Amino acid sequence: MTDSPTCPEAHDLKAAKKIPRQKMPEREPRQRMKHFDEVPMGYTPELAQKEAKRCLQCKKPLCRIGCPVEIDIPAFIKCIVEGDFVGSARNLKEYNALPAVCGRVCPQEDQCEKVCILTKKGISVAIGNLERFAADYERNKGTITLPKIPAPTGYRVAVVGSGPAGLTAAGELVKMGHEVVVFEALHKPGGVLVYGIPEFRLPKAIVEAEIDYLKKLGVKIEVDAAIGKVATIDELLSNGFDAVFVATGAGLPLFMGIPGENLCGVYSANEYLTRVNLMKAYNSHYVTPVLRKRRIAVVGGGNVAMDAARTALRMGTEEVYIVYRRSRSEMPARIDEIHHGEEEGLKFMLLTNPIRVLGDEKGWVKGLECIKMELGEPDSSGRRRPVPVQGSEFILDVDCVIMAIGTSPHPLVPMTTPGLKVTPKGNIMANEETGQSSKEGVFAGGDIVTGAATVILAMGAGKKAAQAIDQYVRNKVRVS
Amino acid sequence: MFKVLAKERLAENIYRTVIEAPKIARKRKAGQFVMLRVDEPGERIPLTISDADPEAGTITIVFQTVGYTTKLLGTLEAGDYVLDVAGPLGHPTHVEKFGTVVSIGGGLGIALGRSITEALYKAGNHVIAIISARNKSLLILEEEMKKICSELMVATDDGSYGFHGFPTQVLQQLIDSGRKIDLVVAVGPVPLMAAVSKLTKPYGIKTIVSLNPIMVDATGMCGACRVTVGGVTRFGCVEGPEFDGHQVDYDELMKRLKTYAEQEKEMDARFVAARSREIQEVKR
Repeated sequence: MTDSPTCPEAHDLKAAKKIPRQKMPEREPRQRMKHFDEVPMGYTPELAQKEAKRCLQCKKPLCRIGCPVEIDIPAFIKCIVEGDFVGSARNLKEYNALPAVCGRVCPQEDQCEKVCILTKKGISVAIGNLERFAADYERNKGTITLPKIPAPTGYRVAVVGSGPAGLTAAGELVKMGHEVVVFEALHKPGGVLVYGIPEFRLPKAIVEAEIDYLKKLGVKIEVDAAIGKVATIDELLSNGFDAVFVATGAGLPLFMGIPGENLCGVYSANEYLTRVNLMKAYNSHYVTPVLRKRRIAVVGGGNVAMDAARTALRMGTEEVYIVYRRSRSEMPARIDEIHHGEEEGLKFMLLTNPIRVLGDEKGWVKGLECIKMELGEPDSSGRRRPVPVQGSEFILDVDCVIMAIGTSPHPLVPMTTPGLKVTPKGNIMANEETGQSSKEGVFAGGDIVTGAATVILAMGAGKKAAQAIDQYVRNKVRVS
Repeated sequence: MFKVLAKERLAENIYRTVIEAPKIARKRKAGQFVMLRVDEPGERIPLTISDADPEAGTITIVFQTVGYTTKLLGTLEAGDYVLDVAGPLGHPTHVEKFGTVVSIGGGLGIALGRSITEALYKAGNHVIAIISARNKSLLILEEEMKKICSELMVATDDGSYGFHGFPTQVLQQLIDSGRKIDLVVAVGPVPLMAAVSKLTKPYGIKTIVSLNPIMVDATGMCGACRVTVGGVTRFGCVEGPEFDGHQVDYDELMKRLKTYAEQEKEMDARFVAARSREIQEVKR
């Protein structure tokens, strides 16, 4: 952290309160629909400083407690107030290896910003926007500097999966002086950051830059390496790795179990997004095909459903429906994403549940039969249970359906690792604080443990596991 | 990057390519496949590992140049590189001593089922291999197959070589002759696998087929490879590629395999155009 001069404005409560929350400039909906460019365009330094001045620099900052990786939020914001943008980014990176990613895709409204003291008095500081600003500034300036790495400890750690949990753990472990090899099954590292989250929400160049930073720190990444197949967890442990961190994330998509789900033109959101994002089907230079249909129904109400639907709009689909069985207030997607989707013309079919996919004689989707729902008593999740309205069936005229109703845990490691305990659903059982699994030397974290969650929760798990792995390898009695 | 060490034309539009991939070569077992991407804008395609040499660190793939990616792959010569090869993927074949096994390979399927036939033969089974093609010139690997089975039978659709007719007719003759068959394995075009399964079902002969659904990641993430087996949706990449032939919904599989037929035509035209441009340039 840089020694900072006093910053009168930031501590002037009255002045701070008078500044409204600064909105980040966004591309116009009609314009942005034509391409995959990012929708919010980022703060200018002036906007960032104005917003940063709203921070009250609390002595006991609640925002830090709200952050799964406990970023020193007042400190990085203070740097922005002082105009030390690069210092701000460095400060962020002490706690978070992927600030440009988190600044974009973290649900700040449910975390740091939710508990920000200003939330109680009005509107919180735009912590996510500021995080993004600082990280982007540093990257665009090309002034990235590396922290000092301690002398090699001689311990080797394998990280399985290069999504948010794996990359975070890798970054932490390499900064502790361990040798880290990350194994990725796909041809590109990044996990959900590259195959799932679309370009217009998280530009892939940014993911690449953050991964490059980790490589510069010394993290080795092996792509095309599906652990469980090319090598098992046991083989990694017996071939020179002192510990393994399993962060293989979400796996096979869930389907509803209704008739017609295997018709041509029914996608899982995972497949649709992978074709467009990872395989770049939106770019005519790339070879991977994707169906370009006229009317698409996206089933589900989460962020993945929004991503798939907004992607479909950009692929030239005339009508895109969000079909969700509860009402708007129960939708798990971020409010911003729902709002963006609405601006772009998504049609929301709420309190509606599909009951059958209709097909033609050649096996193609020609409609989606749905039934209207109403909300009954609260269920185990605390949300009101949707119940079908008898006799309200109708047919939605679509020629493609994308199922975005969740995923099951990635199957390869649980299938191939004897002694690794999993839940009935297939999630690896791991200690919440340490990531320690039922198997000696094997730690796990992220979606493979918790089920589908957020990028930052996975990063938090990666960070905690790195601490535990560090202790584990140092205390381990080496056999050889 | 994975180096191409050898390439050989086996028949019209069918090539055998040997790729340096030591880690995969060491681990692969019969029946497994790799995902391959030729170059950066390329798609990921699943290809069965036909053979491997763990000492030399090589895997062998055999493919038919039917679309953009396979045609591009067909242009690679020894010394060229493939950008990505991931594997070995899918469950290996369940190998044990069953007794008498009939292994049926149709067209390219001869090469795809080669490793399965070999493994079952080495496990001590009496393996009767029936290999078939549309005509003699398209029949591949006859000599090699002789070495990894107990009896080899050949059929061609047009009668230009071996039995005149379909491999199912040869199988029917075997069954009619009263030979006890403990297992049938069929690899080849979907209609062939469907026909073999239909034939063996009334006799209660256990039949295994190796399916080739469309895949994208092929590691258990995207769900493109859904096949209906016994009325249940199964994922070909991590639960297959081999399934009980009597339970597979072949009609659905055929339809799903045609999902991108139109786009594939477009890509094919693009490939031909690119190649003819290259040829023009070379001429100049």
